[in-house]
Amino acid sequence: MKRPEPVAQVKSRRDTALAALVGAVPYVQFLGIRFDRRGDELTAWLPYADILIGNPTLPALHGGVTASFLEVTALIGLAWSSLWDDLEAGRIDPARVAAGEVPPLPKTIDFTVDYLRAGLPRDCYARARVMRSGRRFASVQVESWQDNRERPFALGSVHCLMPEAGLMPEDRA
Amino acid sequence: MPDILTIARQFIEALPFSRALGMQLTEIGAGSASIEMPWDARLVGDPATGVLHGGAISALMDTASGAAVMSHPAAPISTATLDLRIDYMRPASPGQRITARAECHHVTRSVAFVRVVACDDDSARPVAMGTGAFTLDRPKGGAS
Repeated sequence: MKRPEPVAQVKSRRDTALAALVGAVPYVQFLGIRFDRRGDELTAWLPYADILIGNPTLPALHGGVTASFLEVTALIGLAWSSLWDDLEAGRIDPARVAAGEVPPLPKTIDFTVDYLRAGLPRDCYARARVMRSGRRFASVQVESWQDNRERPFALGSVHCLMPEAGLMPEDRA
Repeated sequence: MPDILTIARQFIEALPFSRALGMQLTEIGAGSASIEMPWDARLVGDPATGVLHGGAISALMDTASGAAVMSHPAAPISTATLDLRIDYMRPASPGQRITARAECHHVTRSVAFVRVVACDDDSARPVAMGTGAFTLDRPKGGAS
């Protein structure tokens, strides 16, 4: 029987792939969003920064920050779940992913955000759940919280068009 | 006396995140507002094409919607987004500024219903359209 791969090697391959996926998106870097990985589960983390404020008198995070954080978490979460499957099944070469050759992100078709309470000037966390991922379309739910996991401050629902399938001719560059 | 456009422009441009995204208010009416955001490499979602990230466009549309609520004749003292739904119709053309125009199409005593459209240079083909519900906090003792 084949010996299992050393754990450090497995972790390094997965972390490198995740870093390549996240690092490829300038807007994710601009907002300062990071991803914490435990197995295949991702938690998005948005460390607080002064530029994220929308209402300086309260103060509260800008609604656009919350919306962006949810959308980024949903898209990266969805892309990661398919990248994970492809990596684990050996369908794509981890060395190419590490070199920055990441699959294109899904495209947002529509996005709904519920603002449950004001975003405090603190760090935010979010997790996405892929409710359905088909060949062409996917539906992702996402939840964001601050100090207390049981008290989310925003919820999102995103429908996506999967890459390489169903691209409209006008969408091609 | 500074006109309402100047006051509203200073207000929007004083919001740290709006300023970071380079948003500029270009029109304000009685329950409507237009805000522009220049294309910026930092706001790109797909570096292969230079298309702006949907999140940056959502932020612009949310800001324009909030400004439209604040400009309503009901004279709210503040507003907050309850929910916002955005349909992304096509990728924004790289290098082009995005303009979001929002309008309150109905207000109740405590809620404003807003529609918002985002366009690049080709204003006949919107990049995104949204509908939202916003809180409308009226001044105490004011007419309802």
